[in-house]
Amino acid sequence: MARRHHALTPRPRVGRSLALLGLAAGPLLVLGVFFLLPVSGMLGLGLWPDGSFDASGALAVLHHERTLRVLWFTVWSAAAGTALTLLLGLPAAYVAYRLRFPGRRLLRLVLVLPFVLPTVVVGLTFDNLLADGGVLGGLGLHDSPLAIIAALVFFNLAVVVRTVGPAWESLDPRPAEAAAALGAGPLRVLRDVTFPALRGSVVSAASVVFLFCATAFGLVLVLGGLRYATVETEIYLLTTELFDLRGAAALSLLQLLVVVVLLALAHRARAHAGPVDRRPVTPRRPRPADVPAFALVGAAVALIVVPLAALVAGALRSDGHWSLANVRALRTVGDGQIAVTTALRNSVLTALDATWLAVGLGLAIALLVTRRSHGPVERRMRAVLDGLFMLPLGVSAVTLGFGFLVTLDEPPLDLRTSPLLVPIAQALVALPLVVRTLVPVLAGIDDRQRQAAASLGAGPLRVLATIDVAVVWKPLLAAAGFAFAVSLGEFGATSFLVREDAPTLPVLIYRLLSHPGAHHYGIALAASLVLAGLTALVLLLVERLRVPGVGGF
Amino acid sequence: MPRLARRLTLSSCAVLTVTSLVLSGCSLAGKEKNPQGTGTESVPTGAPTPGSTVTLVTHGDFALPDEVLAKFESDTGLKLKVRKVEDGLPTQLALTKDHPLGDVAYGVDNGSAAFDLQQGVFADYQAELPDGASAYLLKGAADKKMLTPIDHGAVCVNVDLTWFQQHKVEPPETLEDLTLPKYKDILALPGATGSTTGLLFLLATMDQFGDKWPDYWSRLVANGADITKEWSDAYEGDFTAGGGSGKRPMVVSYDTSPAFTVDKATGESTTAALLDTCIQQVEYAGVLANADNPAGARELVDFLVSPEVQAALPDSMYMFPVATGTPLPDAWARHAHQPSRVYTFDADELAEHRQEWLAEWRDVTTR
Repeated sequence: MARRHHALTPRPRVGRSLALLGLAAGPLLVLGVFFLLPVSGMLGLGLWPDGSFDASGALAVLHHERTLRVLWFTVWSAAAGTALTLLLGLPAAYVAYRLRFPGRRLLRLVLVLPFVLPTVVVGLTFDNLLADGGVLGGLGLHDSPLAIIAALVFFNLAVVVRTVGPAWESLDPRPAEAAAALGAGPLRVLRDVTFPALRGSVVSAASVVFLFCATAFGLVLVLGGLRYATVETEIYLLTTELFDLRGAAALSLLQLLVVVVLLALAHRARAHAGPVDRRPVTPRRPRPADVPAFALVGAAVALIVVPLAALVAGALRSDGHWSLANVRALRTVGDGQIAVTTALRNSVLTALDATWLAVGLGLAIALLVTRRSHGPVERRMRAVLDGLFMLPLGVSAVTLGFGFLVTLDEPPLDLRTSPLLVPIAQALVALPLVVRTLVPVLAGIDDRQRQAAASLGAGPLRVLATIDVAVVWKPLLAAAGFAFAVSLGEFGATSFLVREDAPTLPVLIYRLLSHPGAHHYGIALAASLVLAGLTALVLLLVERLRVPGVGGF
Repeated sequence: MPRLARRLTLSSCAVLTVTSLVLSGCSLAGKEKNPQGTGTESVPTGAPTPGSTVTLVTHGDFALPDEVLAKFESDTGLKLKVRKVEDGLPTQLALTKDHPLGDVAYGVDNGSAAFDLQQGVFADYQAELPDGASAYLLKGAADKKMLTPIDHGAVCVNVDLTWFQQHKVEPPETLEDLTLPKYKDILALPGATGSTTGLLFLLATMDQFGDKWPDYWSRLVANGADITKEWSDAYEGDFTAGGGSGKRPMVVSYDTSPAFTVDKATGESTTAALLDTCIQQVEYAGVLANADNPAGARELVDFLVSPEVQAALPDSMYMFPVATGTPLPDAWARHAHQPSRVYTFDADELAEHRQEWLAEWRDVTTR
């Protein structure tokens, strides 16, 4: 009660804002040193080439015909990828979360699996499928933009299913039933009743998918050849191959701008989702009217299973017949490369460090963002913080990776050889995912529970332990699992920072691909299989953790 | 009840797993803090500190045998560490010039050397050159006495003779021939932006066609040339006589490549380099500016022109040694025919226009 009284007077409100900033200092410091500093260092090299500001050099890149092609390709491939992902993902969310049938759990697992697969593996999988002599080699899609878009859809289906599914699961069915009873057809019900209630989560999912599509790196690098590039891979090529740092900086800034706009849109979509009547709904049995939805789900499952099956087949064949030669080769050291098993060990150890970093930071941020705001200033501060920590989602991993190399190379911050460098970068990549998992859960806690506990004499820590922790520990574990899986597969930033003598598995797979030969390709496939298996296992554990009632992602 | 028990076991398993993850994670940071231990203290001048580490920065195709590298360590008492940069060695060196990735760079070639020198990547040092090596120094103003030539070869179009015989087609002879309709869809080549081999081939076409080179490349692309990222993608991936699954019988590779496609039954090579399409490539080594261990670095550069390394180059790096009198593998004497005349370019002009030319090349070839 005393607290409420204080909140009404202006001075403590300033005090609260300061306290908020104080709490935010830790995460902000990490973000500042390991994100803002490297990124601005890289932009600085491009915009202040000789110590003085010169934007004209940077803008010159926009005059190249190729840059315009790349921008156009980025936009249209991301738009097409998003549209197709929604087309397949929305029915999948409906079927997996709204209907009851045997194999439902398996379906959810299959739909989510691609998201944690390393992008290099996804690229390799589709390359293997569509190459001359591959299972679908006859389609002539190798080196075509369609291959890239198919892989983007494969990768992003999970985002739609994860985001829209839980919202749909708890949607009150009665308004739709009432509309149907009043004579509305199924499509009309979908358009006028169901969709408006889900709009927030759909827009949020679509914007995140668009973001992932438009900033795809590993996938496009493997599948795009020299011709097809997104802004992200173009930044990489401009930097590593042309040394056009000004052009790279211009594109990075452009990308950053678009990402901020998209994140703001996604934020608005979440904030304006509005109160929807949520209640536990028992899933029902499928009806004949669900056939179209099942057909689209079938297409989605085929899109996921066929490439994976081809991956398994490719890994278990060598010299034209079935054999375990590729699997056995995982333990040998060949051709100046380290053994796959050693790289796997590097990956797991790195991902463990990245996981605790991401979870620790993510929890701190989620707590900060979801505490009840006293006054508009504080609310705005929390919103800005929320958005700030989402930025790593859309900033070029390449800019970040090179930024680390050029800014964190002087004492006291010479971290280029530190074993924590890669985990930190991976943690930044996984961080938005952790925050997005935890924020809805923490936001869902009725603040009156905390107030009640406090008025009963519990100190702030006790309140945290009995109210927040009790609700959040399972989502926290789930977030940890996700962060672990994402770190295992992280490729973009890792490929710049990893010590050459201790590559992680995705980096090693990319290296094996860069030194072609039937033997290497087979080992790369087998290594991908191991990595996919491991991430699937982690995901299975995460799925097991989900109990009804704990919010979705 | 059993169901509940199972669920509890599962959750507690998960808790345990995650807890152990967190704990082992904590320990990792401390455990691996300094895996290499000591030994990188810098020595300003004079002899290298015994036992100190010298780091060699090189490209992804570096493959000198372990015995040779071990010999360096036993001869000098220094520790040798090899850092391979998979993509864009010249640009990575330029990006990190203030705090370099190592002490010596090896593998920057004549197509990129002037660029790196202009960027201030290298320090003043040149090894005492063995006989014959001075022919491979950078020409003219580009030579700053900072780079030591180590190996060389010529970038040439290669053809799979077996394929041409089977299909009763005459192999091409010149660069212009490559755009003829009868050679449609059968050429693979590494791109000029991702591959030093590809950059040299671009320079060859610039020497041949002058200002008309973009037009030539348009015709090459229109004739179905497959431009890959790296040399190995083209040679081992696409070339019919390369890795085994390729479908294209013409490829941009080296004058030494035919020595690796000798048919055991006939003793003849099944491929040939077109000697009218060649341009010379020279790979250099140099001490990096701001190196931690400059004294050790100088020893390493000296070692790279020593007879042991020079003799090991053909079989491991597929390049000719710069030192005359170095014994060559038997197959090389018979099958690696060197061109009598090659295309040339001005290294200084290249350094100045590199970015602009590559940007234009990308515009043309990815249209």
